[in-house]
Amino acid sequence: MDGKIDSGSTAWMLTSSALVLLMVPGLALFYGGMVRRKNVLSTMMHSFVAMAVIGVQWVVVGYALSFGTSVGGWIGWDSALIGLNGLSPGKLYADKGVPELVFVMFQGKFAIITPALISGAIAERMKLRAFIVFIALWATFIYCPLAHWVWASDGWLFKLGVLDFAGGTVVHISAGVSALVLAILVGPRREYSRRGASGVLLPNNLALTLTGAGLLWFGWFGFNAGSAVAVEFPVAGAAAGLAFTTTQAAAAAAALTWMVVERWHNGKATSVGLASGIVAGLVAITPAAGHVAPWAALVMGMLSSLACYGAVQLKHRFGVDDTLDAFSVHGVGGLLGAVLVGVFCFTPVGGVLAGSFAQLGKQLVGVAVAVVYAGAGTAVLALLVKKVLGLRVTDQMERDGLDIGIHGERGYHLEQA
Amino acid sequence: MKLVIAIIRPERLEAVQEALQRVLDEEDRYRITVDSVEGHGAQQGEVELFRGQRIRARLVPRTRVMVAVNETYVEKTINAIIAGARTEGGGAVGDGKIFVQPLEECIRIRTGERGSTAI
Repeated sequence: MDGKIDSGSTAWMLTSSALVLLMVPGLALFYGGMVRRKNVLSTMMHSFVAMAVIGVQWVVVGYALSFGTSVGGWIGWDSALIGLNGLSPGKLYADKGVPELVFVMFQGKFAIITPALISGAIAERMKLRAFIVFIALWATFIYCPLAHWVWASDGWLFKLGVLDFAGGTVVHISAGVSALVLAILVGPRREYSRRGASGVLLPNNLALTLTGAGLLWFGWFGFNAGSAVAVEFPVAGAAAGLAFTTTQAAAAAAALTWMVVERWHNGKATSVGLASGIVAGLVAITPAAGHVAPWAALVMGMLSSLACYGAVQLKHRFGVDDTLDAFSVHGVGGLLGAVLVGVFCFTPVGGVLAGSFAQLGKQLVGVAVAVVYAGAGTAVLALLVKKVLGLRVTDQMERDGLDIGIHGERGYHLEQA
Repeated sequence: MKLVIAIIRPERLEAVQEALQRVLDEEDRYRITVDSVEGHGAQQGEVELFRGQRIRARLVPRTRVMVAVNETYVEKTINAIIAGARTEGGGAVGDGKIFVQPLEECIRIRTGERGSTAI
């Protein structure tokens, strides 16, 4: 493009950016419905504070670190991008006919939702200020470098040829693995350790959870189809259409699979199961959305539900209280999706089904890097925060509920006229 | 005077109201107080599925019906509640209980009347 704004591309990116932001309150509802009544607000707040905290971090340094001029492929940096000061509204992003500010905002929503995903693993027990400091550090030292490696045109994993259309490694593997590490370091909820998985840990309002799952599905079209900005001009074109289609196909296939498997295994098809299936499918197709065919998306959604269902079943044996299955769904689904890209991809390169194992190898490298970096980095940052601030609320506050203890509010006053 | 307290299935409330209306509305209108309660009987609650786990929810939602009546209506009230609250085909586990307590006093707030005329 010769420096001319393409209104169609820009309109779609503006729309996509807003869609991705809508996923955050969607996630808040999804998570918020599954905790006990006394923790509905503190759980939803984890997602909402990510909008506030990372929304600032991204403008101040996040974008510069992720998409600034590359320093050896390892990190971005450009002093003109601090506070987005040197970005004139008319400056265009690469050759896509979209103002760079629009690209900044689109990427910023990804940076917001990723740490919010982690919060599912530590619901009902983590200190708010520890969470806020943790996600600010995590976004800066884990998310931004990973985003740079995988998505910036000079990032070393990008140059290696790792495919991650919309965030299988950067978003879901990193969030899922970090969630697992953080859940271990924070420790299980007090009732969880005493009674295992049974007892009094029942959800307060699954209607919120289903509403949230619906909003996530809706917003995910922006997440995946908007990510066509990386590969095609005009942005609202064939790659966006393909990503839109595979997103829908994978989510539906995964939801259906979860229902069938749960009905067969546990006797009943639950609403939380269907909602988990939707998310499992969306997660798995995220790295593949613009690279695989619709039929492959159906297969990937199906496989993701099988893997995530198994992970949800197995995790109770390990005694890790991944409270709302951030690892079992985002971690496992993200791993599966990122690997399967190397099997099913047909554009821009062919995968195993096209007779080439090269891409699968690259995907495995990308997955391994994301797992190790996010896992080790989270351990370091969380231990640091633990030393300075402590990670957990007091035992009494955990019993009374975090809503009244941290926020001085209760989510429900249903007895009031 | 007696206070008849019944714990019933929430979906049976309408049937109980209709039955009470039939037996108690002979000369007057029946009175009733209803609230939502939770509890369990011998079955210790019900099994819920949540995130792939079978969890025993110890407290099950039920409806509590309270009817204050004069002596002559006690048996009629009990029978009406049974007729309305028992599951078709001879009853089922979870249909609930009826408790009858002596009622020491009854006062109509508006007039200050006391005893059986206030009920």
